[in-house]
Amino acid sequence: MTTKIVIGLDGTETGERAIAFAKDLAERIGTCELLVVYVIEWSPFTFQTPEENALRHKRREEEVDLATTRIVSPAVDALTAAGFTAHGIVRHGDVAETLNAITVENGGTQIIVGRASADGFKKRLFGSSTQNLVMHADVPVTVVN
Amino acid sequence: MNMLKHLGLAIAAMFLASPALAQDAPGLDEKINQAFADFTGPFVSFIFAPFPGTGFPWIVGWLVVAATVFTLYFAFVQLRFFGHSISLVKGDYSDPNDAGEVSHFQALATALSGTVGLGNIAGVAVAVGIGGPGATFWMIVAGLLGMASKFTECTLGVKYRNEYEDGTVSGGPMYYMSKGFAELGLPGGKILAVLFSIFCILGALGGGNMFQANQAHQQIAGIVGDYPGWITGLVFAGIVFAVIVGGLKSIARVTEKVVPFMGVMYVLAALVIIIMHADQIGWAFGQIFAGAFTGLGVAGGMVGALIQGFRRAAFSNEAGVGSAAIAHSAVRTKEPITEGFVSLLEPFIDTVVICTMTALVIIITQQLIIDPATGNYMLNEAGNAIATVDGNSGVSLTSAAFASAFGWFPYVLAIAVVLFAFSTMISWSYYGLKAWTYLFGEGHTKELIFKIIFCVFVVIGAAANLGPVIDFSDAAIFAMAVVNVFALYFLMKVVREELASYAARLKSGEIRKFGH
Repeated sequence: MTTKIVIGLDGTETGERAIAFAKDLAERIGTCELLVVYVIEWSPFTFQTPEENALRHKRREEEVDLATTRIVSPAVDALTAAGFTAHGIVRHGDVAETLNAITVENGGTQIIVGRASADGFKKRLFGSSTQNLVMHADVPVTVVN
Repeated sequence: MNMLKHLGLAIAAMFLASPALAQDAPGLDEKINQAFADFTGPFVSFIFAPFPGTGFPWIVGWLVVAATVFTLYFAFVQLRFFGHSISLVKGDYSDPNDAGEVSHFQALATALSGTVGLGNIAGVAVAVGIGGPGATFWMIVAGLLGMASKFTECTLGVKYRNEYEDGTVSGGPMYYMSKGFAELGLPGGKILAVLFSIFCILGALGGGNMFQANQAHQQIAGIVGDYPGWITGLVFAGIVFAVIVGGLKSIARVTEKVVPFMGVMYVLAALVIIIMHADQIGWAFGQIFAGAFTGLGVAGGMVGALIQGFRRAAFSNEAGVGSAAIAHSAVRTKEPITEGFVSLLEPFIDTVVICTMTALVIIITQQLIIDPATGNYMLNEAGNAIATVDGNSGVSLTSAAFASAFGWFPYVLAIAVVLFAFSTMISWSYYGLKAWTYLFGEGHTKELIFKIIFCVFVVIGAAANLGPVIDFSDAAIFAMAVVNVFALYFLMKVVREELASYAARLKSGEIRKFGH
């Protein structure tokens, strides 16, 4: 049976370290599939102007396109070139919740993420996405330093 | 449009003469007011004409009958699907793969920020001040019935909207009139759409703009002292211009975020005042029920209370007017009817909850003077409204009612009124623009012309007296409802088919909640 490992990227260098760790792990496991995921932080409970609503679909397509071409596709291409089986997913939502949901949907056995680079007041108040993921994920989570 | 042209010429003439007139500021206000009242008079008279031999305006009957027909036709959809509507807003039925699109909550919040505002604060005070506490009862009835009108128009708004290749959307009554009528093989859809668009532009300039500017000025003047309205108008027009023409979106974003908190704070303050007078809650509701059927001595009696209640409820929640259909059209959903369900919560939140709070605070703090001898309300000197403690009316009546419990509240209310007014203006500038582009086509110059006209009307609204402004605002918005409701009668069977199909699939489990 193929083992599926989910790699959560956040567009920073911590993602590179997560990929490097996942590659090492995949080599050791053997038959392994890598799922590269980027979640665009988004909440359905924000307030917008009518004009923003009218343009929302267009903006969403642009955001997904940008994340795919800049972050996910290069990572998937590099993994494929290195001989791994890899796929990419981009989705909007709460980072921790969505990463976990995608993992469960796709039968992933573990999640690898880089340590959060975010800092400051918001992190102190609500915790980082990484902390939330570790606390609530349904599968084991590896946080790479 | 002809009237608009005349009005535009009058305004232009006034601005050309402004250097001389500016030295005599109240004179300018008076001239603007007179010119405005003269030009809008015939239109206002037609819309509010009573049924022959009665004092009951036909337009009020038109809206009430429509809301009742929709309520019965959809078998009390507002009650049957109330819980389901809340589930939709919570996102229980939202597919995670669609995340990032406009959510049901966002569409509801956007539409609400266009409707919750001065109608809930000043409009209710006008209703209760003229129609007495009984007007509150009819306002609640109108709000509950209006939920079905809103459901009908918003479902159609999403179903027949235009989706352009660049991913943007345009929707609203003008689109369901032209496309829906064509689909059913009915003639006249385009004519209705053009008529609606004209009235929508007038409504955007009236209720969505002038009324807001007028009441915002009254509120600011009440705190800093009286000064000419055109000064407030110019400042407001400058800010609106910066947002809708200059693209200063940051102001709009801040407003959109602050307004909901102001709304919650307003309701909480009202609740605290009501709790402070807990021993009188029973008496207040007694006044509302007694006034609803007897009038308690107000001008026009029971019918007066009924007219005021329905009129102000319609102005506040805009059910049947068609504006919400424009706001809700932005949602990309596979099921247009889900947006109808969500929208039916609007009249509930706006009228049944918030308007009732305002009315209760005014009644419970005893702002309306009761004749101790008869137990009925005393009329003012002119005999056209109930006498109030300090002779207040409109937003100042609400302000005085809140101030009787919290002395500092008028300052908070002033900020709230200004923000509500601004947010409503931004919403209506969009509704008006959509009607404008439907008539004249999309294009930078065409859009700019509308936006500049919109800003000019901010100044007129702030300078004119409340009477002519409120009459024109109501008339323009009700004129939208005349055309919209007429079209809804022909298109409601489309909504019924959607409803039957959706209800069956919901029952069979085909439409299910997503595990979040």
